[in-house]
Amino acid sequence: MLSFIARRLGLLIPTFFGITLLTFALIRLIPGDPVEVMMGERRVDPEMHAQAMERLGLNKPLPVQYLDYVGKLAKGDLGESLRTRESVWSEFLTLFPATLELAFAALLFAGIVGLLAGVIAALKRGSLFDHGVMGISLAGYSMPIFWWGLILIMFFSVSLGWTPVSGRIDLLYDIEPKTGFMLIDTLLSDEEGAFKDAVMHLILPAIVLGTIPLAVIARMTRSSMLEVLREDYIRTARAKGLSPARVVFVHGLRNALIPVLTVFGLQVGTLLAGAVLTETIFSWPGIGKWLIEAIGARDYPVVQNGILLIACLVILVNFVVDILYGLANPRIRHQR
Amino acid sequence: MSLLQINNLNVRFGDAHAVPVVDGLDLAVDAGEILAIVGESGSGKSVTMMALMGLIDAPGRITADSLTFDGTDMLKLSGRQRRKVVGKDIAMVFQDPMTALNPSYTVGFQIEEVLRQHLGLKGKAARQRALELLKKVEIPAAESRLDAYPHQLSGGMSQRVAIAMAIAGEPKLLIADEPTTALDVTIQAQIMELLVNLQKERNMALILITHDLAVVAETARRVCVMYAGQAVEVGQVPELFDVPAHPYSEALLAAIPEHSIGAERLATLPGIVPGRYDRPDGCLLSPRCPYVQDNCRRQRPPLDPQAHSLVRCFYPLNQEVA
Amino acid sequence: MTSPIPKSVTPASPVDQSLLYPSPYKEFWHAFAQNKGAVMGLAFMCLVVFCALFAPWVAPHDPSEQYRDFLLTPPVWLEGGTWQFILGTDELGRDLLSRLIQGARLSLLIGLSSVVMSLIPGILLGLLAGFFPNFIGPSIMRLMDVMLALPSLLLAVAIVAILGPGLINTVIAIAIVSLPSYVRLTRAAVMGELNRDYVTAARLAGASLPRLMFVTVLPNCMAPLIVQATLSFSSAILDAAALGFLGLGVQPPTPEWGTMLASARDYIERAWWVVSLPGLTILLSVLAINLMGDGLRDALDPKLKNAA
Repeated sequence: MLSFIARRLGLLIPTFFGITLLTFALIRLIPGDPVEVMMGERRVDPEMHAQAMERLGLNKPLPVQYLDYVGKLAKGDLGESLRTRESVWSEFLTLFPATLELAFAALLFAGIVGLLAGVIAALKRGSLFDHGVMGISLAGYSMPIFWWGLILIMFFSVSLGWTPVSGRIDLLYDIEPKTGFMLIDTLLSDEEGAFKDAVMHLILPAIVLGTIPLAVIARMTRSSMLEVLREDYIRTARAKGLSPARVVFVHGLRNALIPVLTVFGLQVGTLLAGAVLTETIFSWPGIGKWLIEAIGARDYPVVQNGILLIACLVILVNFVVDILYGLANPRIRHQR
Repeated sequence: MSLLQINNLNVRFGDAHAVPVVDGLDLAVDAGEILAIVGESGSGKSVTMMALMGLIDAPGRITADSLTFDGTDMLKLSGRQRRKVVGKDIAMVFQDPMTALNPSYTVGFQIEEVLRQHLGLKGKAARQRALELLKKVEIPAAESRLDAYPHQLSGGMSQRVAIAMAIAGEPKLLIADEPTTALDVTIQAQIMELLVNLQKERNMALILITHDLAVVAETARRVCVMYAGQAVEVGQVPELFDVPAHPYSEALLAAIPEHSIGAERLATLPGIVPGRYDRPDGCLLSPRCPYVQDNCRRQRPPLDPQAHSLVRCFYPLNQEVA
Repeated sequence: MTSPIPKSVTPASPVDQSLLYPSPYKEFWHAFAQNKGAVMGLAFMCLVVFCALFAPWVAPHDPSEQYRDFLLTPPVWLEGGTWQFILGTDELGRDLLSRLIQGARLSLLIGLSSVVMSLIPGILLGLLAGFFPNFIGPSIMRLMDVMLALPSLLLAVAIVAILGPGLINTVIAIAIVSLPSYVRLTRAAVMGELNRDYVTAARLAGASLPRLMFVTVLPNCMAPLIVQATLSFSSAILDAAALGFLGLGVQPPTPEWGTMLASARDYIERAWWVVSLPGLTILLSVLAINLMGDGLRDALDPKLKNAA
């Protein structure tokens, strides 16, 4: 098992360096004077310009600049936001839990509903339920989620008034950000009704963000389940006199879940991309919204290192999923 | 009274007019005896046993005059009642051991499952018994194998595990569906020997489904020859081989390569097994039978006792020999 | 006994070969047509293509003309609607139907150009990676892995952040983002084919490298590529709409469907049609393309089909 993890870790390192190269190149490619770009100011006078060049290391050869950049990253220096003058890293840390909470809720929604729908569709293959699930999931990954969010807001928030329109919690509440996770923080605080309010704020964004993963997971579970149920070992399990529930859930689902896990992991990328859109619609204060606003405001340190951080996140999650996959599928573990 | 009594079993996939895969099969097995069922691929051998075990799903339909095991009518049982019998009193070992075991669970887990379900054993007791079973089926280093995964085992070992799972419930009847077809020749002999020993030891009835006549000659006491979903001859082992009564049995024996040494071609019957659209009104072998008469084509012969065996033929062969 | 066989046997009339062996195109169409969803998708896309090609003549009004007296008119089937503006008007009094039709032009343009712009380099790189697995191949694949490490929308956002907003940069961004899938697919297909005997035979016959690549191997790899191209097309439309919505893609007043949604956000309460209809067209178009893509995949290579 350990050698498996070590091998996977080994693959990680070159990819990580590739990402840093990419983000380094990203900023250098922006048209215009690099000093103006980095400092966010126009018409810097020549003396300050030369000083800035020196300070920012812009007159060194490119490879050296790259090494400087990586060096800074290693020390944890990701630069400062041009707008707030806060360190990019601390802004990220402040905003990240919001996105994490949203992504988690979305994944929970997508996972539970998707798995159930997929399993039932496979068991009742050809039925109305089955066709319904397939149809809805096809629609699910064909639709623009920002539109879907607006439609849900129109319906549930504006027409029915069941859920709030934006934000994580009503401005009335003053919640101390102990963990950064609103659901936990509201429970820890002694404000009445705060938890319920936080939940209501979370529902719609989680559904919107989770829609595409839901569709993919449902489809994948269904087809995986159908394939598994055809296998010989299912016949053996039935010949052993085991109950149908046990045959399906212990013998069937366990194997059907294996390909679904990879899909699950791949959804993280979709989730982060979707978070950008969802946070924009619901004014959810997470890293997606942060990134978009930074781009609009030409806050390049944030753009550059924000993208780096997000990419690292995706790689990390894919790594964890790889490991989990190895745990779930004994055959992979023992292979080369 | 027979342990297993099958009368007029019909299995169809589709509506009542679909071609039957098993067409009016009669079969009986006594406690403690070894019965072999032989026939070509598609003759309905496996489907018969799967019907008995309740493993046939829609659109398959099963009808029979009786399908009785140990006095119980299997057709009348509810799902839950049947599951008390299947895996415990009747167990089955399948053809391909490499795919018959669940790749995600250890060998021990899969055996203990049967022990828990049918014998109520749990925890250490179950593990202990599973270990005994593995030793019984002659798996070397049984202790370590308990925690092994199926992909870590060879074909022969996997089949031994499958046999261990089957005998775990102390069955009265063990059905082995071509248990050695997917294995190496050397392993085949070992597995067959194991099955026969277990049968003797536990006085289980053993139904051996195979197309290998040599194995039948060595192990079975009685043999049932199936063709196109019907039993065409049921007889004792040496007698059926020495004096086959049904033309198809004769043809089967003649087709063994050893019987054609010196000849230019293998002896075969012309034509092929009837399928969906060319099922004869009369005897199912009539289009191909070298001894066919007119009334063979018009009426279906019943399975009747003759000199040495039950034969489904109007003009059985070799009847003079007493 | 039977009559003697005549010395020369000539058929009564020449057998029409095309009846016995349908051409690959007929066979493909027959398989494709079995999938009702795919056919419906195709029909819808034909409608969209028609609108796109003949937009100036099909659209009832000029998409940029503002009718000051008819701001936020509802669609014809609601109270206050009029047949003059079948689907209503937006906040500046522009006819929604005409804008949607014009938007079809844009979406198809973006989809088509981004697919072409990434398909060609993608195939080339994939071929190179497959034919030279020793050094060039892994280098290309590492680069692709890095590009795939970032979710596609974020990469597109990053590229647009550098290049600036607008239609052309949107197309470039989407093309770059779709590149890795084509490279991976082509390489996998090429490596599969390289083991086959017909390639060895061609090599022995003295085929030059370019000929080997493009004439011998490539045509046999096209099936999964075609399927991927259709799926990329639908992703392109979605991504372009997303970029438009974020204000990073096509800029207003150009009537790209996503851009239209961005300005519609403020009117959720008052004029739901300004919000719903552009999104609905995106959904239907993408759905149609995905259905077609599924049908294509099933018709071209049943082995790719999920257990269904």
